[in-house]
Amino acid sequence: MICLARIRLLLVAALLFSAAAATPALAQKLGPDGAPNPTASVTPQRDLLMQAPRIEGRIDIPDRKASVLIQPAGRTWDYFHEVLLHWGAAVVILGTIVLLGAAYLIMGRIRISAGRSGRTVLRFRAFERFSHWLTAVSFVVLGLTGLNITFGKIVLLPLIGPEAFSEISQIAKYVHNFTSFSFVAGLVLIIAIFFWDNLPAKVDIEWLKQGGGFIKSKHAPAGRFNPGEKAVYWLSLTAGLAVSISGFLLLFPFYETNIAEMQLAQVVHAVVAVLFIALILAHIYIGTLGMEGAFEAMGTGEVDINWAKEHHDLWLAEQLEKLGTRQSAPAE
Amino acid sequence: MARMKFLCDADRCIDCNACVTACKNENEVPWGINRRRVVTINDGKPGERSVSMACMHCTDAPCAAVCPVSCIYPTDDGIVLHSKDLCIGCGYCFYACPFGAPQYPQVGNFGSRGKMDKCTYCAGGGGTEAPSSAAEFEKYGSNRFGEGKLPLCAEMCSTKSLLAGDGDIIAQIYKERVLKRGYGSGAWGWITAYHEDVNV
Repeated sequence: MICLARIRLLLVAALLFSAAAATPALAQKLGPDGAPNPTASVTPQRDLLMQAPRIEGRIDIPDRKASVLIQPAGRTWDYFHEVLLHWGAAVVILGTIVLLGAAYLIMGRIRISAGRSGRTVLRFRAFERFSHWLTAVSFVVLGLTGLNITFGKIVLLPLIGPEAFSEISQIAKYVHNFTSFSFVAGLVLIIAIFFWDNLPAKVDIEWLKQGGGFIKSKHAPAGRFNPGEKAVYWLSLTAGLAVSISGFLLLFPFYETNIAEMQLAQVVHAVVAVLFIALILAHIYIGTLGMEGAFEAMGTGEVDINWAKEHHDLWLAEQLEKLGTRQSAPAE
Repeated sequence: MARMKFLCDADRCIDCNACVTACKNENEVPWGINRRRVVTINDGKPGERSVSMACMHCTDAPCAAVCPVSCIYPTDDGIVLHSKDLCIGCGYCFYACPFGAPQYPQVGNFGSRGKMDKCTYCAGGGGTEAPSSAAEFEKYGSNRFGEGKLPLCAEMCSTKSLLAGDGDIIAQIYKERVLKRGYGSGAWGWITAYHEDVNV
């Protein structure tokens, strides 16, 4: 009995204490004349913004995104888009071009040291080249129209005036949106076709030890693709998927996304695209200016035997063996 | 020079949506476009408040900054206008706007939103059309501001919850109200829009 009474006492004390603690909150709900004011249970917007990144409520119209009353993150996204992205993208893209220019000046064109043999071997079949160029052309179109959205108003607008620039940008927007489909188609083909040859192999370590073909006195052995090409493959795969997924979210705004996710999709799309452009600039350099005999692989599909010997010896041996067995087959 | 602003006194708003209707009627906006809307916070709970929201005509307007074709700009009175002739309908202003103000005529898949539409503070448009002309009305709606009048939403607000006019004056009116009645939920969106609050 004594025990129960004690518990009751404690409960009463706790109740009194909580009532005392709640008093300041109650006091706020009194009018200036001291009378209770039921309408004064204020929800200050400052507190709401401190509790959550955005203020959302109920709205009469059937538009979910309109129920967001205030989202200060819009200002943050503005800062990303106008400051971070402009500077970041300019530094990354121009920096890559400067680095590649420096590489060309220092190293020059990587020649076929044994000279051309005049004999060629098939490196990429027609369908492989089609897949590559479908993706490549789409990429260039997407890259240019995409950069126009970010840098057009700085670079192009002062040159051609607002009317012409607006006209071009409108067309560029639609071109960007619809070229996305051919890019994704090409990307899927590339991922599928070159998947097996891009899996890591033991010889990759040896290739790296030998300086990846950049040291003239050393020979870096490689199969169909060397680790440098494999890096381009896997980075393109990752970046391609990231820009495709974020791009389709932007293409169908507010379907499954809210305002914060739309902003995030745009940030991912822009950041990955800029890094992707830098990667592809390097890829274009090594495939054209940077190395003699490399472009033909994707041009005609046929590479010089000596080029193949220097850069893909293991692959060449395999190919020659295949050719040999095929040619010798009828003789048997 | 006056700096035009909106202030919604949420402690007076009764969610009647008359401002929304007045805006639609005055500007003859197309179906599906809501330049102004009323959002209810804490619906059905203690501390419920309704807030009428449209373009706040921000200081350093983020929509104007992110616009890829620079078609949005502030006037001398601080009203943020845009040119529908230059707008490409990319939707970036909606991502940047802290208040969900930009509206588009279509849903917008594949970038087919159409030209952006938003509250013009009943001040006509930011295009090349002559002020108060029929062509301007067609594209942007009413130009009451050119006639020396304030936006209709605020002018006809039955509880005088929604205030429009020079920022300093409406802030003063709100301050006096809060002091008199002893409470206020704050000037909704002011810190975000104008980098300043109404301190009472």
